Amino acid sequence: MTTGVIEGIPPDPILERREMVQRVARKTLGRRILISRGMVALSGTALILALVPLFAILYSLVEKGLRWWSVEFFTKVPQFPSLIDPNAIGGISNAIIGSLVIDGIAALFAIPIGVVAGLFLAESISKFASMLRTTAEIMTGLPSILLGIFAYQMIVIGFDEWGVKLPGIGFSGVAGSFAIGVLMIPVIMKASETALRGVPTPIREAGLALGARRGVIARKVVIPTALPGLITAVLLAFSRAVGETAPILWVIGASNMVEWNPRKEMASMPLQIFESATSPYVALRDEAWGIALFLVFVVLVINLGSRLFAAWLQRERR
Amino acid sequence: MRFENVSVAFHGRTAIRDVAFDVPKNKVTSLIGPSGSGKTTLLRAMNRLHDMTKGAVVSGSIRLGGTDIYTGGIPPTLLRTRIGMVFQRPNPFPTMSIYDNVVSGLRFNGIRKRSVLEEAAESALIAAALWDSVSNRLKAHASTLSGGEQQRLCIARALAVEPEVLLMDEPTSSLDPISMRLIEELVSELKSRVTIVIVTHNMQQAARVSDLCAFFLMGEDRAGEQIEVAPTKKLFSKPDDPRTLDYIQGRFG
Amino acid sequence: MAEMPAGPALATSESPLTEDAKRFSVKGDSAHWGVLYGVSGLFALICAVFIVSIVVSSIPAWRHSGLSIIYGRVWSQGTNSFGALPIIAGTLCTTAIALFFAIPIGVGAALAIVHLLPDRLRILLSSLVELLAAVPSVVYGLWGLLVLAPWFEKTVEPDLASITGGKFPFQAPPEGVSLLLAGCVLFVMILPMIVALSRDAIAVVPHDQFEGALSVGATKWQVLRKVVLPGARTGIVGAITLATARALGETVAVAMVIGLNPLFPPSLFSTASTLASTIALQFQDATPLQVAALGALALILMAMTAIVNWFGRRLVRGSASRAAVT
Repeated sequence: MTTGVIEGIPPDPILERREMVQRVARKTLGRRILISRGMVALSGTALILALVPLFAILYSLVEKGLRWWSVEFFTKVPQFPSLIDPNAIGGISNAIIGSLVIDGIAALFAIPIGVVAGLFLAESISKFASMLRTTAEIMTGLPSILLGIFAYQMIVIGFDEWGVKLPGIGFSGVAGSFAIGVLMIPVIMKASETALRGVPTPIREAGLALGARRGVIARKVVIPTALPGLITAVLLAFSRAVGETAPILWVIGASNMVEWNPRKEMASMPLQIFESATSPYVALRDEAWGIALFLVFVVLVINLGSRLFAAWLQRERR
Repeated sequence: MRFENVSVAFHGRTAIRDVAFDVPKNKVTSLIGPSGSGKTTLLRAMNRLHDMTKGAVVSGSIRLGGTDIYTGGIPPTLLRTRIGMVFQRPNPFPTMSIYDNVVSGLRFNGIRKRSVLEEAAESALIAAALWDSVSNRLKAHASTLSGGEQQRLCIARALAVEPEVLLMDEPTSSLDPISMRLIEELVSELKSRVTIVIVTHNMQQAARVSDLCAFFLMGEDRAGEQIEVAPTKKLFSKPDDPRTLDYIQGRFG
Repeated sequence: MAEMPAGPALATSESPLTEDAKRFSVKGDSAHWGVLYGVSGLFALICAVFIVSIVVSSIPAWRHSGLSIIYGRVWSQGTNSFGALPIIAGTLCTTAIALFFAIPIGVGAALAIVHLLPDRLRILLSSLVELLAAVPSVVYGLWGLLVLAPWFEKTVEPDLASITGGKFPFQAPPEGVSLLLAGCVLFVMILPMIVALSRDAIAVVPHDQFEGALSVGATKWQVLRKVVLPGARTGIVGAITLATARALGETVAVAMVIGLNPLFPPSLFSTASTLASTIALQFQDATPLQVAALGALALILMAMTAIVNWFGRRLVRGSASRAAVT
């Protein structure tokens, strides 16, 4: 497209501009394409780099931890490595049971409170509700160790001020449950609210139109409809709770025996990993991998399981 | 531009096939037909947008000024400065001001000089009938414009790089009737500057703005096919193909 | 039936034509709202007591050392002197190292996931990254201590030291556990969070805009840089701030790999301390005054995390509402 100046006719600014654009575009094209390809490659590298740690950790877990898995590992209690046989360290049944009890009790009170509070957030537009929502968001972002301190002060030591008296129970599983439960509540709250809000308004309206009371609507219509989302939320919160170490660090004490009574000191899997990993005994350090593999396994199963279950439930309803 | 035996398929399933006709320069050509007849697919093949879709295969030959746009050695990035596009829903860049939006194409292609950019912006905005309303607030965000204005902004943005062809994919379908008329007027004015190919659902619109009309239908095999291409006046009064007559009279689509 | 009396009551207290919001906040069922308010109130009470208890428990320490807790340079339980500046420095340092690597790699990976991958791979890789997020922190600590630390001690740190010839910031004999290692473990921990949240922010940018930029002749990178990333900016910044809050407060993994040294770390290879790890590790044998001091640390940490979180939420919400408008 040439725009030679023809005698007497002024050059068309549009054609001139067109030619200029093409000229400059052609000139810069090579460099631009090179840069684009380079940055795209860099992006891809970033992705690969981001996945490397995952595979490294999984590899280590399996390589070092799988060999610990045995019937004995899961059913016996720990023994102290003796000088005669530094590798006879028994199993981790106390930690498994401990985790079960502590997390189970925590779930028992955290789930109802979390879901009901989530329902409140989904249905109320009062100032109190927004304040509560903000509080929940703040709580989910706080370091979990703080909740351990809280549990220590409330449950382990007890409370004797301002006219309120709470007997301290001392180091116990219940203290751990308290810490973990309080940790779970805001997480469940937020996720429940989202799940409950996801119930389409027409469904709620149908309940009202039938003359039903709000409480009935909630129980018989809203919650069942939101059930897949709620279940996922709860299970995910639980899987996170199972892996928490900091809140229970100094409140559950320790126990080398299988202990079912939550008022006594107990062991717990994440805590056991921590202790074993930092222990001076090589065998214990090594054992930590076995426990860690199991813990990761449990967490992943709950995670994947919850998603699959929710998807299945969703499909069943169609 | 010229289509020779053009077909587009996605993952083996043909979306439109056997397209062959010429797009006359500096005129408005409209692609009409019911949903699913492949008009938009064909349009997007013209500026190689399908390059971004995995599994898309464009066969046949689409030529711009004699050179095949796929095999003729023109880099797609450069091609898109010669064949611009306006989309169904206005898509101005929300993080940029009106001015930045208009000159974005020029900047992407390496043109930096302020005077050049300002001149081009003014020219494009005038052509898009937007200059009067925005000349005093060029730094405002694009989201402050109404729907019709945003679409004209997109037209200005496409025009700023001085393409030879402007593709328009149902540009008025998401707008109110007044904006729609405004843009139709614009299209008639713009054809002296760029060749326009417009996909439209609205037959009356096609009748109003276009010089040449290409009618497509979805065939038995669920692939679009070209039925008839004729000057607008002829297509709407005495079409050759009976199916065209049916469509015009409202029996499909 | 029990439902009947509620019928007429509903009819008189609200007409079907009132707006949604009003309709749903009418107190038509006191038992229902009683339970809701009761439970929520209970939770609110717990939170209130929590915050108060942390504040109150730390009072003896403030009374003992005053504000020198924040700017003092010596933290020693033996002499009951509580200057947390080195600990605060350790916290900021480890977080900074983590962010230094996590931001470019995380955002880059997110871009790759959304725009460079075919559909099938996208879901797979997103899930893989989320899997990483589900791993408990103690396992990261374990891996960091038993796998990374020896590697750092034998290979990485000597290599780095040779770059600067044994001078700052790579002086001090490599021991494995160090500030640098803690920073790296934190990096691995916050990476999945940044990737997942950035990916969400980037995916929300409408494909329309991507095509619009392409149609005026931009290269892929130009579109990403000038349209997609700015469009996702609030979401990405939100992701980063949330990840920062997490890094600041991470306790166990850091405690396992940082060496717990309350002195000011002169180099990246030296051992150090962070607020959270100090609380965790010194709690056990602490006297009441020392417990109060740890409470003070908790307060400082809480303040830091709350500020960062609040900042992050504001930015993330801004991005969501803007996406809804366009």
